[in-house]
Amino acid sequence: MTVGLEHYLVVSALLFCLGLLGVIVRRNLLVIYMSLELMLNAANLALVAFSRFTNNLDGQVFVFFTITVAAAEVSVGLALIVALYRKRQTAHVEDLTTLKL
Amino acid sequence: MQDALFYTFAFLTLMFGFLVIANPFSRNPVTSAMFLVLTIISLAGLFVLLHAFFLAAVQVLVYAGAVMVLFLFVIMLLDLKAEERRKIKTLGVVGGLISTGAILAIFLSSLLKAPLGATQSPVVEGGTVALAKLLFTQYLLPFEIVSLLLLVAIVGVVLLSKKDLK
Amino acid sequence: MFQSLNHLISAWWPEPLRLILFLVGIMSFVGLNAAYLVWVERKGAARFQRRPGPTEVGWAGLLQPIADAAKLMSKQLILPAGVDATLFRVAPLLMMSPVLMSLAVIPWGRNLAACNLNVGLLMIFAFGSINVMAIMLGGWSSRNKYAIISAARVVSQNVAYEIPMLLVVITMIMVTGTMNLSEIVIQQSGAFWHWNIFRVWINPLMPVTFLIFFTCMLAETNRAPFDMAEAESELVAGAYTEYSGMGFGVFFMAEYANILLGCALATVLFLGGWQSPIGNLLGDSQSIVGVLFGVFWFFVKMYFLVFSVVWIRWTFPRTQFYRLLNLSWKILIPISLVTLILSSAMIKLFHQ
Repeated sequence: MTVGLEHYLVVSALLFCLGLLGVIVRRNLLVIYMSLELMLNAANLALVAFSRFTNNLDGQVFVFFTITVAAAEVSVGLALIVALYRKRQTAHVEDLTTLKL
Repeated sequence: MQDALFYTFAFLTLMFGFLVIANPFSRNPVTSAMFLVLTIISLAGLFVLLHAFFLAAVQVLVYAGAVMVLFLFVIMLLDLKAEERRKIKTLGVVGGLISTGAILAIFLSSLLKAPLGATQSPVVEGGTVALAKLLFTQYLLPFEIVSLLLLVAIVGVVLLSKKDLK
Repeated sequence: MFQSLNHLISAWWPEPLRLILFLVGIMSFVGLNAAYLVWVERKGAARFQRRPGPTEVGWAGLLQPIADAAKLMSKQLILPAGVDATLFRVAPLLMMSPVLMSLAVIPWGRNLAACNLNVGLLMIFAFGSINVMAIMLGGWSSRNKYAIISAARVVSQNVAYEIPMLLVVITMIMVTGTMNLSEIVIQQSGAFWHWNIFRVWINPLMPVTFLIFFTCMLAETNRAPFDMAEAESELVAGAYTEYSGMGFGVFFMAEYANILLGCALATVLFLGGWQSPIGNLLGDSQSIVGVLFGVFWFFVKMYFLVFSVVWIRWTFPRTQFYRLLNLSWKILIPISLVTLILSSAMIKLFHQ
């Protein structure tokens, strides 16, 4: 059986679930962030696969936007984590349960 | 040949992706970050198989070159040695596995139902020129908005990383 | 007869074997160059300082690099207490492997690239950005304060200089209209005024663009006067402090391989790659002799740039760190933006 769209979509779904599992299970803010990146990448893979198999470049343009947005998101998120760490000396979600500093 | 490459890259992507979230050897975030880099590179391999050469290069350039360097730099700055020795809660793992499994089941069942059979002949070539044409004509407004978003992110990061954050 | 060396090779061997052959060639080329560039560096430094340099081993010290390599390889690999052993060992390899992959897309002569990619230029920068991570990991995993300071310096320096470099490269992509390195060289065929550095009718600032590229290349490869990462007088040896034996040796090789890659890229982008400076005298550049002449000219230009890198190192003192960053953010980035806008305007107005 040759590799078709559904193969890529299965890989993408599995990768997305791995990312989701990481977000739920891990307690380190940085690792949670990396798991979010995994989920974004899974979406990218699905979009590129769709674009390849449906004769339409729109999917690749979306991936372009996703990568840009992910870069912006990571920079702001990491700045937030650093700011939090300065206040609380921790990057562990269970220590960050109060809303007020 | 193509199929073998697909299975290799898919396996590598999923294996490294798993090692990002659950590394049996070390709980250090740096190892997670390194495995994320490997995941991204093997994902770029999948992009090449899908003939999206430009995106594969951009993926490595932006993620491995910029995003992951930022991650590693922050890990280096924070020096999270004490974080490694925490226990993972069983309840959290079970809950996570159940919810993730449920979502995976939804994905796979919808995949089984989806009419994908008609789209089996790959035709589109992800050339840089074609992509750029689309980006600067049909998607010009989103493109400009994204550039604005980057500017906002820069300003936000500069503000957030000030020492006396009010 | 045979159309070119490449055809000669591909007539006998299938594609994967050809790739392996090219990669082995590139690896041995890099190894040889790393060894003998050290010799050039030491001899050059000696000449600039009016002393003979290495003379004892072999004629004019020509066997010195081999003796050095034997010494490095026989040294003990020390793993300091408290380091992250895996990362500590992986970092040198992580520094070396992207360079080798990047060198695979460099066209050394007509049709003489290991793989001729349409996004070759982008690929070089994609892999080149992994370097930063390697030095950073090496420095961080050493658990040494000098190494960590050096790692922090490397990140801020490389991020700062990657921006003007990419802006310059975008200018070049706009001028040439392609990211395929072979096509970029083919566009510059003819005598030397067809080279991109002299194409002032497209952009009057073209020589400045080349200078920016060269400066950024020096900073990206951590060479003097921008060698803040391993400033001996301040940081012992920076990120490489804790490395011994071949761990250090691989870092060292990768540094020279990076210089080689930067100079090869500058040659391809600005100095006409394998094109001879006096036009095509031999007529047919497709024949084996023509290709070999092309390789000869490529090496002449590339080694001239490599020599200027050595020359610059022994001429200028190391800058201060804030000056280094100011040079990038306040001078190079604005100028490269100006060249980008100017060349796009000129292309739109006069060359469409």
